[in-house]
Amino acid sequence: MEVLKLAAPETVLVVIALAVLAVDLLALRGQPVSMRFGIGAAVAGLGCAATMLMLLGRHAHANLFDGMLVVDPLTNVVKAAIVLLTLFTVLISTAGKFTEHVGEYLALILLATVGMMFLVSAEDLLMIFISLELLSLSLYVLTAFNKRNIKSAEAALKYFLFGGMAAAFTLFGLSLLYGMSGSTNLHRIAEGLAGKGMDPLLIVAVVTTLIGFGFKVAAVPFHLWAPDAYEGAPTPSAAFIATGSKVASFFILAKIMMIGFAGAEGSAAWRTFISGWMPAMALLAALSMVLGNLTAIAQTSLKRLLAYSAIAHGGYMLLAVMANNEAGMAGLLYYVITYGLATLGAFGVVQVVEDATGNDSIISFTGLSRRAPALSLCLLVFLLSLGGIPPLAGFFGKFFVFSAAVGADGNHLGLLWLVILAIAMSAVSFYYYLRVLKAAYVADGADVTQATNMMAVPVATLAALVLLAFLVVILGCAPALLMGLLQAGDQVGH
Amino acid sequence: MLAWTIYISFLGVLVLMLLPRDDARLARITALTTAVAGLIVALMGSFQQANPAEIVTITKCAWIPTLGASYYLAADGISLTLVVLTGLAAVAGILFSWNIEKRTKEFFAFYLALIGGVYGVFLSFDLLLLFVFYELTIIPKYFLIARWGSTRKEYGAMKLALYSFIGSHLVLIGLVATWAVARTSLGHASLDLKELAQATLPLEFQKWAFPLTFVGFAILAGMWPFHTWAPTGHVAAPTAGSMLLAGVVMKLGAYGCLRVAMVLFPEGARMWSGTIAVLAVIGIIYGAGVALVQKDFKFVIGYSSVSHMGFVLLGLATLNTVGLSGAVLQMFSHGIIAGLLFAVVGRMVYDRTHTRDFGELEGMGLSRALPFAGVTFVLAGIASMGLPGFSGFVAELQVLMGAWKAFPVAAVVTGIGIVVGVAYTLRAVQKAFYADGADRTNMTHGAHALEPISIPERLAAVMLIGVSLVVGLYPSVLLNWIEPCLSSPLFERLLKGGAL
Amino acid sequence: MNGFPWLTVLTLVPLIGGVLVVGMGGQKQLARKLTLGLSLLSLGIALLIWKNFDAASGDLQFSERLDWVKSLGIQYHLGIDGLGLLMLLLTAIVTPLSLMAFWHNHDRSHIFGALVLWLQAGLFGTFTALNFFHWFIFWELGLIPAFFLVKFWGGPNRGPAATQFFVYTMVGSIGLLLAFLALRLATGSFDFIELAAMAKRGEISVKLGDALGWKSLSYSTLALLVFGLAFLGFAVKVPVIPFHTWLPVAYSEAPSPVTMLLTGVMSKMGVYGFLRILLPIFPEQVRLVLTPLLWLAVLTIVLSACAAFAQRDLKRMLAYSSINHLGYCLLAMFAAAGAATMVNQPELQKAAALNGVLLQMFNHGLTASVLFLFVTLLEKRSGGLRGLDDFGGIRKVVPVFTGLMGISLFSSLGLPGLNGFVGEFLVFKGAFPLAPWTTAVATIGLLVTAVFLLTLIQRVFCGPLNEKWAKLPDLTASELWLVIPSTVLMFVVGIYPQLVLGVIDATVVKLVQQLNF
Repeated sequence: MEVLKLAAPETVLVVIALAVLAVDLLALRGQPVSMRFGIGAAVAGLGCAATMLMLLGRHAHANLFDGMLVVDPLTNVVKAAIVLLTLFTVLISTAGKFTEHVGEYLALILLATVGMMFLVSAEDLLMIFISLELLSLSLYVLTAFNKRNIKSAEAALKYFLFGGMAAAFTLFGLSLLYGMSGSTNLHRIAEGLAGKGMDPLLIVAVVTTLIGFGFKVAAVPFHLWAPDAYEGAPTPSAAFIATGSKVASFFILAKIMMIGFAGAEGSAAWRTFISGWMPAMALLAALSMVLGNLTAIAQTSLKRLLAYSAIAHGGYMLLAVMANNEAGMAGLLYYVITYGLATLGAFGVVQVVEDATGNDSIISFTGLSRRAPALSLCLLVFLLSLGGIPPLAGFFGKFFVFSAAVGADGNHLGLLWLVILAIAMSAVSFYYYLRVLKAAYVADGADVTQATNMMAVPVATLAALVLLAFLVVILGCAPALLMGLLQAGDQVGH
Repeated sequence: MLAWTIYISFLGVLVLMLLPRDDARLARITALTTAVAGLIVALMGSFQQANPAEIVTITKCAWIPTLGASYYLAADGISLTLVVLTGLAAVAGILFSWNIEKRTKEFFAFYLALIGGVYGVFLSFDLLLLFVFYELTIIPKYFLIARWGSTRKEYGAMKLALYSFIGSHLVLIGLVATWAVARTSLGHASLDLKELAQATLPLEFQKWAFPLTFVGFAILAGMWPFHTWAPTGHVAAPTAGSMLLAGVVMKLGAYGCLRVAMVLFPEGARMWSGTIAVLAVIGIIYGAGVALVQKDFKFVIGYSSVSHMGFVLLGLATLNTVGLSGAVLQMFSHGIIAGLLFAVVGRMVYDRTHTRDFGELEGMGLSRALPFAGVTFVLAGIASMGLPGFSGFVAELQVLMGAWKAFPVAAVVTGIGIVVGVAYTLRAVQKAFYADGADRTNMTHGAHALEPISIPERLAAVMLIGVSLVVGLYPSVLLNWIEPCLSSPLFERLLKGGAL
Repeated sequence: MNGFPWLTVLTLVPLIGGVLVVGMGGQKQLARKLTLGLSLLSLGIALLIWKNFDAASGDLQFSERLDWVKSLGIQYHLGIDGLGLLMLLLTAIVTPLSLMAFWHNHDRSHIFGALVLWLQAGLFGTFTALNFFHWFIFWELGLIPAFFLVKFWGGPNRGPAATQFFVYTMVGSIGLLLAFLALRLATGSFDFIELAAMAKRGEISVKLGDALGWKSLSYSTLALLVFGLAFLGFAVKVPVIPFHTWLPVAYSEAPSPVTMLLTGVMSKMGVYGFLRILLPIFPEQVRLVLTPLLWLAVLTIVLSACAAFAQRDLKRMLAYSSINHLGYCLLAMFAAAGAATMVNQPELQKAAALNGVLLQMFNHGLTASVLFLFVTLLEKRSGGLRGLDDFGGIRKVVPVFTGLMGISLFSSLGLPGLNGFVGEFLVFKGAFPLAPWTTAVATIGLLVTAVFLLTLIQRVFCGPLNEKWAKLPDLTASELWLVIPSTVLMFVVGIYPQLVLGVIDATVVKLVQQLNF
């Protein structure tokens, strides 16, 4: 019974997922898609809201089945954030025209969310793997959801193949860990590994685990699926992959590295590399930041641009993992959550524009500020936040991450080189975000008829986007709101 | 009290956004009211401050406790000087943009957002807060130029935005590193400027952190060889944009150099002052020399800004009280004068004649068609070349005095720069307004065609000239603010041994 | 000490007057009258100051002293001695003359008037200021109206001429500025009097060395460098050859009424600067490079005389002659600044030389202005022609004109009985014992001057009549009124030099003491 009590939020979501499915199948058959989306989303949204309240309202502290289900304030906050992102995903998908299978779509999103929540709660290798697969399978299907679009299917296949490979790597790495330490619990693994030094087997375990998660978080060179998947998938699915799933994956990656591989860090300080997971991750981070940002400059499709920028952001976030302390963890979560909010918002805007103009190339954003002022203002907020302009949330995310990484080893500033690279690259990233904004705000006259027509923006989507933008601004002006929660959770958690 | 300068500006942005879309007049009046209110608050707040030497706290509350960042607004004499400058530039800029008809409301919204950010920078005594305001100015700047500019506006705007962004990211590196290092030496995380200034940062660290941070800020101050954004940006910008760029945005950079880089890393500053002085002097000479051969009227002023900001940097590099005080005064003075010059070129001439090419202007006999513009430009030019009686003179006087003390060669070489400055100003005056070749028929024709200088323009021009004259003739009005605060504890370590 | 601020009032009258005149833009006639009235008012005030001036005392009088910029140690400090008074009088006399010479030109005459008044204000300010800060303000203030006067009403080549004039002078000004900043740094003072006192105690070069502490340079070299910068400022203004190239162009391109002001008073700013500032503050340095300076003066005298001889344009010729005349001042001045250990009664000789300098300044101001005034009148008649060979034999047509201009020319030449003679005589009398060689060579200048002035008279007034000018009108009554008072003044000073010498005597004695440390 305690399982049910502690997993109540997850349970609620599963029930809601089933309810949505049932309602859509039974009651709404034959109704117009928009109405079905409306009602389904309302039910799903209410469920999400309820779940969030439950999560934030409780102060439980428990560890069931030796780390299979860990509930503490920190995981609660992270879960709440994931559910919030889900809620917004649901809201922006209401205007979607990509499918008639509304019930299935919404249910899958909710089920994926459940997978994420279990992932967040897990400190056990088995549980981690199982929830990861639950999450991934849902996402593969979500990617393929636009049956009329061949690209969607292609994207899903690519995503699935890469994902399957990643799962294999992860499993291999995890099995090695189990073999070496005799346990599947992260804390126990660390104890088992302690004192053994870096034997070759451990190195293999570290590398394969990293490769597996590298695929998951789309770190260079394991990022190849991401741009195609983002571009081909229905926009809300892409948004969901880029945001909610990222939050969960990064959280668990950090947990595995910080807890499971404690003692096998090595060092990535400038000129004093010591083997361990740090230098490997430093390599991933550096490659992600550089390639992600530079490739993004060349993109003409906004979704692909966001995909590459997501890769780059993944690089910054790896930096936070490398800080390997509480501040790093808090910074990582702050970063990934605010990044999630902004990216979700950006995808939401893309969705609206795509529906109105038929494609997502940057050119189709021309004159957006005239056609849809509120929408373009939201886009401004999201992209600037991603670009790291204060006082928006993205800047503080970066600041937290960078300061944690630099301050990780006291006065030595070992990771400074990586931070300098990150900051330099973030200056580059500003350029391509600004290019989009330039199209929206500056360029006009090229297509007068288009520029003068007002664009129809679905109300629910607009409301969601405005709310998202508001959150991004608020979290920017008062970062302590979220940071306080994360830190309070973190201190109790460790 | 002074904090309201920031709030009023952002409030103005909000109000403007809510106004009906097509009522340009209302937008203008709202913007002007906001700016004037800001100026009044700035003036009242400044003159109320009893002791400019002290850093008087305006607001201080916790903001991000983890990082030790607080919402800390305060002001000392240097802040006061620059806040007043911002107020003046803001009002003048709006008066000179009275003729903006294209998306007026958005224009002024961006404009006021920029102003608000600038006020914020000058009043922040928390490093993170300062940085936030500093970056906040980049975006409005970009849109003002890209949207309402002229001549290669998108290129100029992008260049400016990227340069600013790169600069601010250099600063960010310094900021993050300083935070980490100071946390160890202070024992707790802090971003309070006063506290950080007391923390003794390791010499090795200062040695590289100073140039990083200084250059980061100096990019925006137009330091040679990072100045290339300035001429293109100024030329591309709409009149109010160039006025603000030259008037206050470049000052942000210089202010950052002084307030952040030099105060935090005094030993680093001492190590690098020679290099900075050399770059500053090159900037002075180079800017003036290039201005001498320009064909575009606005480019002349653009390069002259580079040259004049060289004086600010030279003043900073002297590391003595006179030099620093001269640098701050030069910031003020250049803000006023360059703003006026840009207003003449952009608003009074270009908006009417639609050309800035000297070749074409020469034939127009503008001194007869637009006598007010001619006289204004002459006065502004006189002030700009540093003739006594105007604010520029007192500033240059102090900077040179400081330079004599620290780098005598630099002082003498700078003298050449001033002479070149005289030459290009005279050249511009003659070519644009008092060209000999202008044939009479064309003149009279031109005189009818050009709309006369409007009342807002006259008001703003008179205001700026007046301020420059007052400061030039009675510099104590500002020096009484600037000088005492250079002897405050904040600058103690910087000026140690360099007192004068 | 601070009585009624006569000197401030004197400066403010034209300064504010200029603004008033511009404001009256519409009514040109009235504006012109107002301008003249104001300049006459200034003359009146100047005369009043003369009347109240205590000639027996060489001290500074009419002093005003107020704190201005405390943090920079800047005071508003005014005061005049005989030298200052003489210059004030000269300025006050020449300005109305120039205005009247322009009387019939209707091209933007209100702006002309205002510019002239501002120029006058600048001159008044320069001659009364005793603190570098506002002295420099006025020094530059004089420059700007002058620039525009040349630029607006000048000859065909006025643009480049005005620019050249301005930029050259600015080069000098920057030198001055740098020098004074160095002094301020070293001594903490901008006050000419305080600085001179320090110089007399021999502290300046030590302080300069201490303050600037430039390792590779010895104290004396450093002080010499600073002196060089300051010297540049005045040398351009006077001008001293080889810094003179702006002058012939500017003088000839400027409209003649403006040239009157340029040569009559503005060139005196340079000489005044030497006397008031350079010599008292840098006596050691002057002595160090005395020989080169003397030869520079001789070069100026001789070369400019020869150059004048080569000119075919009246104004250019007179321009070079102007350089020549000021060269005498320099010669005597430098001679007086020497240590003169081998000379009998050096004080007496120096006093004579300096008396000569001051007198020469006044005389040249008067004579040269009147000469350019005549050129103006001639140009008005000839329709702008003023070449040496354009005329010929006009003495028969315009006898009165010839006679009066001849008087001025002879005054310039130094004919006894006219003012020029006394000055030059004193200069040579004083300078010869102090620096015999250079003075001897300088007499070549006198000779050449005589030659070219006589050539002028011969080419223009004598010889066969150029038929073109057979109907040249003679001076009108109003023009006579303009010319005669000045001519009378030439005679008066020539015959009774005590009129001027009385004013300056005490000052000169003081100056000599100052230089004899």
